[in-house]
Amino acid sequence: MRFRFLLALGILLLAGCGRSGGSGEALSLLNVSYDPTRELYRDVNAAFAEEWQRQTGQTILVKQSHAGSGNQARAVIDGLQADVVTLALAYDIDSIHRNGKRLGPNWQTRFPHNSSPYTSTIVFLVRAGNPKQIRDWPDLVKPGVQVVTPNPKTSGGARWNFLAAWGAELHRQLGGDWSKLDDPQTAAQAEAAQAAAEAFVATIYRNAPVLDSGARGATNTFVQRQIGDVLLAWENEALLAVQELGPDQVEIVVPSTSILAETPVAVVDTVVDRRGTRRAAEAYLQFLYSPTGQELAAKHHYRPTDPEVLARHRDKFAEIETFTIDQAFGGWDRAHTRFFADGALFDRIMGVK
Amino acid sequence: MAGGPSRELLAELATRPGRDTLTSTLVKGAFITVSLLFLAAMLFAPLITVFAAAFEKGYEAYFEAFKDSDTLAAIRLTLTVAAIVVPLNTIFGIAAAWALGKFEFRGKSMLITLIDLPIAVSPVISGLIYVLLFGTQGWFGLWLQEHDISIIYAVPGIVLATLFVTFPYVARELLPLMQQLGNDEEEAAITMGAGGLMTFFHVTLPKIRWGLVYGVILCNARAMGEFGAVSVVSGHIRGLTTTMPLHVEILYNEYNFVAAFAVASLLTLLAVVTLVVKTLVEWRTGYRKR
Repeated sequence: MRFRFLLALGILLLAGCGRSGGSGEALSLLNVSYDPTRELYRDVNAAFAEEWQRQTGQTILVKQSHAGSGNQARAVIDGLQADVVTLALAYDIDSIHRNGKRLGPNWQTRFPHNSSPYTSTIVFLVRAGNPKQIRDWPDLVKPGVQVVTPNPKTSGGARWNFLAAWGAELHRQLGGDWSKLDDPQTAAQAEAAQAAAEAFVATIYRNAPVLDSGARGATNTFVQRQIGDVLLAWENEALLAVQELGPDQVEIVVPSTSILAETPVAVVDTVVDRRGTRRAAEAYLQFLYSPTGQELAAKHHYRPTDPEVLARHRDKFAEIETFTIDQAFGGWDRAHTRFFADGALFDRIMGVK
Repeated sequence: MAGGPSRELLAELATRPGRDTLTSTLVKGAFITVSLLFLAAMLFAPLITVFAAAFEKGYEAYFEAFKDSDTLAAIRLTLTVAAIVVPLNTIFGIAAAWALGKFEFRGKSMLITLIDLPIAVSPVISGLIYVLLFGTQGWFGLWLQEHDISIIYAVPGIVLATLFVTFPYVARELLPLMQQLGNDEEEAAITMGAGGLMTFFHVTLPKIRWGLVYGVILCNARAMGEFGAVSVVSGHIRGLTTTMPLHVEILYNEYNFVAAFAVASLLTLLAVVTLVVKTLVEWRTGYRKR
């Protein structure tokens, strides 16, 4: 009893310190995002603050927090006071809904394009001159090729990598006809294609020298520590790496087909309602769809969803035939239980190493 | 002392050092070389790398790194956390060492073991403890949320986690000292009519002074350098809940190598200062004992 009391007293004391050190009365938003978006949101936040000032006369400060997408979802579930989340995959925002009901189940229909203001895809980053002659997905399982990719258990980008590899092999086996997956008449062919895809993905992961916990960590492993021959990367990470390190170090290989990686955004209902920041939070996410927001996305190597802005940056974003997670896997929930849940396919692949 | 060694044996012993000089010098030399080489490879080289990378693009770029508001906020936060944690742990440490060194009670050895717990468990666990306690899904989560108090993902959480991992340092330094010095002087002071506080400040504190300073230095070094536990409870909000070590990682991951190593060099300097003070303290203590 006494212990409880002392503990409570201590908490109050500390909380007092915390509050008085707070940011005062200025309007602020917290954007909890995943790893590679730091540069993007630094620019977006400044531009949005200007726009908000012009429209309402208020000053607004948008704070950012970045880590692996799964970790960030976990932190929001555990109480990180995010007004908006901008994560790497819908599954992570879904889990914020499932565990603790911090936002409504219909979050993905509240903004255009499945609430994804920008998208990306998965491409290859290879060493300068492409010494292992990697051109497309099948080259990844050639003998002696080591693929660097993060751990899909912890990293959102890694899940996209996994699904891109699986989907690309399915696509090849089925001749690009996704309807064959559900057609009873081609059931045998679909089954064979799935088996081939499993073997393909298993080979990649068994030859992987290291599984980092996040996308940026994997990029550093490949670039700084010089480990591996190919990095499976977000297109935006790959473009950034080339920009930062120069084409004399690494170059991008765009495969013939890849996954359309939707990176969605959402307002966290419980937080904005408690803090009274709903209007600003919604305006902030809307701003991502505005021409300014879309241009900034393109500048930071994300594919804008606005076709006009995308057309202006066609030279940067190579034409690539993409498939969606719904087409190839029937959505995130099914993909998660099939591949990434405990004891599911990914665990089995790594178990028989 | 009946008997004793014979004359011959003594003579034989006296010649030994001279006879073994070459071997012992070689052994001595080998040991010194090995330790110095190891130190150079494992300690000095990385230290130099930190500074080399920090100054890679010149002094201007180095100092430019400290103009960034997020970096300044990180430095301020680290200093704030240390300023709260170190005095608290000094008081707790003295109290714990006092209780354990001067009194006998049941469960004492258990308590001594518990004090070491924060050193024994991984810092990540130390952080997770607080997430489990104060997270929305944790024991106190709902109550805290209803009362609009944030502990984790805010400064109080960082303070708590740092407090936890740095707790043992002062207590651990003082405990052997208190046990060794005994109660005699305190008892004498009290017999002569001194009150409890007076006894503490005039008798006990001077006795344990240097041990205390040493403990505080270690505690401070760990408080400023802690990464794991703080990383778990921080929430990584830039300019708000990132301490210096966390900020170094952020900058590094942003390809901002000069700034990352500039902040790292500041932390390194801090460590060097700490070591110098520690050496001075050791020298003082050694001097006083003689």
